Amino acid sequence: MIPHCQLPSHIATGPHVSPFVSHNEAGAPYGDHRSEDVHVPANPASVPFAVAPSTDKGEVAMGEPRKHTTTPYVTGNSVLAIKYKDGVLMACDMLGAYGSTKRYKSVQRIIRVNDTTIVGASGEISDFQYISNLLEELMTQDFCYDDGCTMTPSEIHAYLCRVMYNRRNKMDPLWNSLVVAGVDKNGKEGNKSFIGSVGMLGTSYTDSHVATSFGNYLSRPLFREFQRDDMSLEEAVSLMQEALRVLFYRDKTSINKFVLAKVDGEGVAISKPFALDTKWDFKAFMNPSKHAVGSW
Amino acid sequence: MFRNQYDTDVTTWSPQGRIFQVEYAMEAVKQGGCAVGIRNKTHAVLAALKLSQDADLSSYQKKVFKIDNHVGIAVSGLIADGRILCRYMRNECLNHKFVYESPLPVARLVRDVADRHQVATARSWKRPFGVGLLCIGHDQTGPHLFQTCPSGNYWEYYAIAMGARSQASKTYLEKKLDDFEKCDLDELVKHALRALEESCGTRKADDKDGKLTKQNCTVALVGEGKPLLVLDGDDIAEYVDAIHSEQEEATGAAAAEAEMSIDTSQGGDGAGDLPSVPTQAPTTETGAAGGDGQAEEQQPMEEG
Amino acid sequence: MSRWSPYDLNGGTCIAIGGEGYCIVAASTRLSTGFSILTADKSMILEVNDKCLIASAGFDGDRSQLHKVLTFRSENYEHFHKKPMSCPAMAQMLGNTLYYKRFFPYYTFNLCAGLDDQGRGCVYTYDAIGSHERVGYSCQGSGKDLVQPVLDNQLKAPSILELPPKVAVTSLSQAEAIETVKIAFSAASERDIYTGDAVEIFILTPEHGVQKEILPLRRD
Repeated sequence: MIPHCQLPSHIATGPHVSPFVSHNEAGAPYGDHRSEDVHVPANPASVPFAVAPSTDKGEVAMGEPRKHTTTPYVTGNSVLAIKYKDGVLMACDMLGAYGSTKRYKSVQRIIRVNDTTIVGASGEISDFQYISNLLEELMTQDFCYDDGCTMTPSEIHAYLCRVMYNRRNKMDPLWNSLVVAGVDKNGKEGNKSFIGSVGMLGTSYTDSHVATSFGNYLSRPLFREFQRDDMSLEEAVSLMQEALRVLFYRDKTSINKFVLAKVDGEGVAISKPFALDTKWDFKAFMNPSKHAVGSW
Repeated sequence: MFRNQYDTDVTTWSPQGRIFQVEYAMEAVKQGGCAVGIRNKTHAVLAALKLSQDADLSSYQKKVFKIDNHVGIAVSGLIADGRILCRYMRNECLNHKFVYESPLPVARLVRDVADRHQVATARSWKRPFGVGLLCIGHDQTGPHLFQTCPSGNYWEYYAIAMGARSQASKTYLEKKLDDFEKCDLDELVKHALRALEESCGTRKADDKDGKLTKQNCTVALVGEGKPLLVLDGDDIAEYVDAIHSEQEEATGAAAAEAEMSIDTSQGGDGAGDLPSVPTQAPTTETGAAGGDGQAEEQQPMEEG
Repeated sequence: MSRWSPYDLNGGTCIAIGGEGYCIVAASTRLSTGFSILTADKSMILEVNDKCLIASAGFDGDRSQLHKVLTFRSENYEHFHKKPMSCPAMAQMLGNTLYYKRFFPYYTFNLCAGLDDQGRGCVYTYDAIGSHERVGYSCQGSGKDLVQPVLDNQLKAPSILELPPKVAVTSLSQAEAIETVKIAFSAASERDIYTGDAVEIFILTPEHGVQKEILPLRRD
């Protein structure tokens, strides 16, 4: 190899694959870069989403670093989706978090797949971008066949289930929870709304309302109580806003910058980023230690 | 002209820009038993004439296959080649169902199988498939009827016939085309059988004196909310009897009419107002150049 | 840091009871992960044909893959043999399919149940790697420990330990057996957090084919 063309090893292999061949080896690959480029917490075990290269010797196969995702790096949080009278709504914030750092603040985590389907993702952003490419290829195929058939939301959901499951079978999962939502216009009795979810292991389900990660704890109780399949668009939007607001109040890895997407018989509409009104100036918030003065 | 120089393999062009091996394969289709397909806005049907080595001693060769709940095919030509394609098509449908949990759109299936035909016309170590397929199916865009050809071409039709003496069936189909749109499934099946009967030859092994029987034909049908159904034997006896008794009535009426007015000789023997002598499907279409009869000399492999 | 695992356990209970001239297959519809519920309405039962059903508890990803593989094979079987796959044939194939993944198992706990050639209920019970036996009734999944003893006690089927061996179908009538299934599920949903929301109950008879009934359960 020409010496001056040689890439620094952390670029050549990517910084996120576990780089160690051996700890004892003198001049281990990019030992020096790592301390600057990658945040290594003192005790990785204690930190969620810790960005730590594995030190497990079992992870190294044939002297090669293991090129599998073992932890996510830049992550998105909850995606929410509900059915309403004419179709479906989906919403999430725009944060790409690096561990607990609010690193990227304009990440589009809901994509339009075709005229009837949108997909939202939480989890590893890069993996989601890869999935977006897969879906785009799929739609290109539809276009090239030119036979008037387009994929329905349930077909795309089934496809993504296989993709996620196959990657988990390779022990190389795509670190996402995906939500597929849309409208099936092929049914005999009019448009049919669809919402389905797939996890990174291939666990999948369909329901009238779906929420990934924290949303499953914070938003779904609201959905269970207030969501109806025959609710109007206005009702659905205000329910969704309420759910987002609750999430923003309680989930520290979320930001007040959301997108809301809608699919109905007319097609797909994804909103511009927006913020919700929030209220923080509660008395107890202004002086949180007022009622906990301590003993001295 | 010098056909022999250019027809030994599939990768050799003739100076006229033809590939004789492919044309010979198409010839095999023309010699296979006739198959007819019709579709309207709601349903698609197939009817096929089954051949047998000897009507009394052997079974009739199966040539209509179920591919999936929404697709079926009829095969003319080398049935053995057809079975391979049938297996391929079944697999494609199952794979699609496995990944997408939905039936494979018919047009895509047909295009894929036509691509498979095409590959065999462009590789020195391959031989073109000696079959044409009529493929019926129903999907989100409604009912469909396709024909494929060994060359890799495929077409969508409202009604079509292929195989031996199929010209007679086509004549019937052209004549009745306008009726198909408004008729129900039963009537569509009967049209298909009547068209098929036009192509019944008089070779003893094929059939009983140019008549359909419940043994020598098969019907397949599919439509909205109606999974593919392949009818054989006793299941189609009713249809076959129905068209025969209608014909008899028509003949009776025609005969009576002929007696009444002597100047209008209807000559309706069997098939009403249709040509009673089936036109032989032209076999020398490709042999036009030189006409040294290569096609005719080819001993057909077992065909159906 | 705990290593990533390719497995999860999504809970759920299934029961199958074979009787003279009927077979009952039932499974709860709750899908859970950890302490949270993903959905209240997910079927765990595969209708192979009107003589054979498969109910699987365990990891949902493996379950859906397994069910797809089995559907694929049974459809191919129908193409080749021009008849639906019998329950004993499917039972053997399920065993083989599970064992094929002996060293990266499908984490599913299956029951294969239906009607045999005599129209009698038949039930096969499995472990995750394909060991199986034909029994008169069985139960799998998260509520197994709660339900199995109730079935042993209530179904009055001849013991499999008895010699000479008897066909271990219950002597209960169809209606009684259905009632037992319902009680067993209601009871399991009281104590097992992974069993709840609803049960799908499939009843197979030679006369009426497959009939389906849904019983709501506790939703908490």
